Amino acid sequence: MPPLSGRRVTALRIRVEHALRPWRRANPMARRLVLLGSVITLGFAFLAAFPSLVAPYGEAQYRHVVGTNEDPAAAEGRCGDEFECEDIPRRLSPDTGFPFGTTSGRLDVLSRVVWGSRVAFSIVVLSTVLAMGIGVPLGLISGYRGGKLDRVLVTLMDAIYVIPGLLLAIIIAFVLKAYFAPGLLSAAAAVGVVYIPQYYRVIRNHTLSVKQEPFVEAARSLGAKPNTIIGRYVLFNVVQSVPVIFTLNAADAVLTLAGLGFLGYGVPYPQAEWGLDVSRAISDVVSGFWWTAFWPGLAIMLLVTGLTLVGEGLNDIINPLLRVRGFRGRVPRRLEPAPAADTPVEVNLSPAPTQENP
Amino acid sequence: MTTPQAQPLLQVEDLSTFFPVRGGLFGGGGSAVVRAVDNISFDIRPGEVFGLVGESGSGKTTLGRTLLKLVDPTAGAIRYKGTDIAGYTERQMRPLRRELALIFQDPNASLNPAMTIVQGVGHPLRIHGITSSRAQTRSRVAEMLERVGLSPAETFLDKYPEDVSGGQKQRLVIARALITEPAFVVADEPVAALDMSVRARVLQLMLDLQRDLGLTYLFITHDLATARFVCDRIGILYLGSLVEWGPARQLFDDPQHPYTRSLLDAIPLPDPRRRHRDKQLPTGEMPDALNPPAGCRFHPRCPAAFEVCGWEGADLIDFLEDRWTVVDEPTFERELAATGPLDSAEVARDEVRFPKADHGALVPLLRGLRDEEAGRVFTGVTDVTTDADAVVVRFGEGPAPALQPVQSVQVACHLHGVVEQPSDLSRG
Repeated sequence: MPPLSGRRVTALRIRVEHALRPWRRANPMARRLVLLGSVITLGFAFLAAFPSLVAPYGEAQYRHVVGTNEDPAAAEGRCGDEFECEDIPRRLSPDTGFPFGTTSGRLDVLSRVVWGSRVAFSIVVLSTVLAMGIGVPLGLISGYRGGKLDRVLVTLMDAIYVIPGLLLAIIIAFVLKAYFAPGLLSAAAAVGVVYIPQYYRVIRNHTLSVKQEPFVEAARSLGAKPNTIIGRYVLFNVVQSVPVIFTLNAADAVLTLAGLGFLGYGVPYPQAEWGLDVSRAISDVVSGFWWTAFWPGLAIMLLVTGLTLVGEGLNDIINPLLRVRGFRGRVPRRLEPAPAADTPVEVNLSPAPTQENP
Repeated sequence: MTTPQAQPLLQVEDLSTFFPVRGGLFGGGGSAVVRAVDNISFDIRPGEVFGLVGESGSGKTTLGRTLLKLVDPTAGAIRYKGTDIAGYTERQMRPLRRELALIFQDPNASLNPAMTIVQGVGHPLRIHGITSSRAQTRSRVAEMLERVGLSPAETFLDKYPEDVSGGQKQRLVIARALITEPAFVVADEPVAALDMSVRARVLQLMLDLQRDLGLTYLFITHDLATARFVCDRIGILYLGSLVEWGPARQLFDDPQHPYTRSLLDAIPLPDPRRRHRDKQLPTGEMPDALNPPAGCRFHPRCPAAFEVCGWEGADLIDFLEDRWTVVDEPTFERELAATGPLDSAEVARDEVRFPKADHGALVPLLRGLRDEEAGRVFTGVTDVTTDADAVVVRFGEGPAPALQPVQSVQVACHLHGVVEQPSDLSRG
């Protein structure tokens, strides 16, 4: 039916325009922040989605084919019969053959960094989805229903919130280790639990104020069930704070993951993970092989910067009047270069290269 | 307006809504309640506009919400079409909400900003399963928008509430309330938030819709002039109690309660000949609902209050404080020395004791004030005596007035003969 579909299109356009309205009204600076951050983040997303397009080798490949034009990454595993392979040399400094150098474990650093973005992205997405999936509904129900349930949940969330994020993640990773093989999912769970209270608190408090709005009482007077009220009247009016927490938490999650990996509680070696690579590179740094720690560290810093820029920009766009400095939690606002190479814990807090020059 | 013999659509009997007030940090005052709606009875006939008029804080909004069970009543009955819904649970109420609608005061806050107009106005249809498809909802909403004067409806359907003006929003609120074809509509100050220019048009719209759809309104307002324009019958609310209710014409032409009279006097009229008329405006502010005056709740502000209106200890203290703001300083010093600090007075319903008083000075002072009728509070004073350690001022009985028929209205005022309310026992 042409008139109907025409009307549908108009209706859809109006809804999309409504959703984009804050963007159009935002100040240019905030928009630039978001765009810059998005470019960086999308760049890493591209690496995460198609690592083999950029990475010359697999994440755990220590041999490469010689004397053939075959794709060196694809050739692995067929070494011996069809192709002649040789081990990747250890600790090669960055040059044309290995642009980022190689590690003492015969791994190509560029490939490790590119494959590491896949782990970082998977965990960031999984953990924030987990945190959001639990924190947002709990916040809505707790804020709307109130009473004993609310009190219990607030206490519980506060109890979680007082534990430092990394410590909590380590504890959970440790517990999960007893039941599941370490891997992406358990690392994501360990990181995700840390952020549940943030979603919960923001959504709950926002729900408490929206609940007082006359349109919520109007919904009751129309005969809407509590679930309908929460879903159609409250949720859509509190959900705008989620993207901001999401991006800022994602930045924080990258750091927490790197910290977990650094301490050996993240994904197991030889899966490529930046924090893990930095931790394995510590002894190299002392011996003057700067490149094994520099590149994964730089990747961490760039991705955190990108996500933080998006988050800060979105915060300006979505809440131009509510620039509350408080609720960003432990997300670092400024990324300072690390002071020294020999302070391993600092790697988690300030993901800068450990040494600028050899 | 239908015949007076018609079966009432809504019958309110001894309805009370109390709100418990949280005690302090350490649980002090835990039993305090605000009697927002206190023992109110009236009825609303099908097809009429019943006005509920009162100052802010009089409980009119709470009463409206209680009738729709958005607030749970503490006691009493709400008979809707003969069935008492006062004890209904939220779940039992839900199907009934199709027939009971509420129009809000602030159109800017009562529409969900996250829903388009077709979604928001059409939501009641979906909630009650009246329409089954999107297209059907859309056409019903469009029809309703035309009806409330938003045409062409098609241009409004996909807008968001923030895209339209305040008057249009109020029309949307009305459309949303009426789209389920309710029988009874509570309109809570529906035009108070609107411009004067828009006000009359929205009121006219509400009256037209009432006529076309056979609606019954409970029209809540603080503005008697508006009430006169729209209401068939009016109830005057003061501090949670109905002081007078009856046909609007009767109430305006011949108000029986001093409070109604003073509200009418407060209406400004562009008539220069009335400039110097003797206005009887209520004095002072509405008292604290947590601790309302005894007897008739209006008595401290009433220009006609007399012996039985409920004079109590607190009124004497208020009188003294008021008096001291106007007398000259030596008089103040002398009288303060006679009473002692007012904080030290032990104030009760039926007496005040001044333990730190100068007996020799205070008794003649109070007797003198009584004899010269310095304040209406002295009409209630039965005795000024001294006992062992204090000067005691006693007050006579001051029962709360019950509604009594006077001409064709119901009035709760002792001026028309003292009729006591049944005792507090009935309030549970």
